[in-house]
Amino acid sequence: MIKCKECGSEIVLPNDVVENEIIDCEACGIELEVVSLDPLEVDLAPEEQEDWGE
Amino acid sequence: MEEATRRPEVELVPIDSRKLTLRPDEEPELDLLLDREISQSRALHVLQLLQNSGVECINRYDMVRICGDKVFTSKALNDAGVPTPAVKVAFTRESALAVIEEMGYPVVLKPVDGSWGRLIAKIENRNAAEAILEHKSYLSSYYHSIFYIQEYIHKPDRDIRAYVLGDETICATYRTSEQWLTNVARGGKAINCPVTPELEKICSKAAEAVGGGSMAVDLMETPDGYTVHEINCAMEFKGSMQAVDVNIPQRILDYCVQKVK
Repeated sequence: MIKCKECGSEIVLPNDVVENEIIDCEACGIELEVVSLDPLEVDLAPEEQEDWGE
Repeated sequence: MEEATRRPEVELVPIDSRKLTLRPDEEPELDLLLDREISQSRALHVLQLLQNSGVECINRYDMVRICGDKVFTSKALNDAGVPTPAVKVAFTRESALAVIEEMGYPVVLKPVDGSWGRLIAKIENRNAAEAILEHKSYLSSYYHSIFYIQEYIHKPDRDIRAYVLGDETICATYRTSEQWLTNVARGGKAINCPVTPELEKICSKAAEAVGGGSMAVDLMETPDGYTVHEINCAMEFKGSMQAVDVNIPQRILDYCVQKVK
């Protein structure tokens, strides 16, 4: 369990979450990045850049 | 990443380009680099350095360079005789408008780089063309002064995304949307699309045209058959995983392991 950096809602992370995984806050919809597993920390995911894509 | 943990023969070393530093004379001890970089410019620089230091890269620099630029992709597909929408390229607002008027409405204006349907415009008339071209002139990136103008294809409310590894089309999905853009990133839904011999043939030809490797080929259906409008070199597959009975990440790893052997 961790709190959303944007709205403070509690988020349950999957057991197999990995570092740098992007997760969505279901309450406010913002994307968060798991920046550390021990201790568990999330931060706002980087904003989309112009050359991003697949 | 999850798939790699199930493979004892694979040691996965995630590389975060935000923390990566490289020297031109560096020779990293990697058997293979699987490029999953989200930034095209970072990907190209890392690939150029590592590939020339002897690291096997999926995909290779030249392929990523071609697929990352719609003008280069159109050229490669045309040269290989792969059906692809008609395109004209212009470098000023004035010449772009002249080309649009010549092609007739509607036309599609796309940035040469970028992805996920971002900044793509279907232009229905001259007023819209003038407005959009003016807006683009105020965007900061140099690339917005290269105007990629594509004929509008009258198609069903779906297009096709086919996943290609080497010379095999492993699966495909129809992407449907109520809007004309069907990108899953824009809310398009994916359902399974059978890989017919005809689809397999055009996908193999398209893959070969851009240099081969691991990619997602985007196609549209026309009365005359398929037409390839885009090739994605760092293919995303989350939206397709529920639709197909193929384990795409598993197949990508199989492909990587096979390349190392």
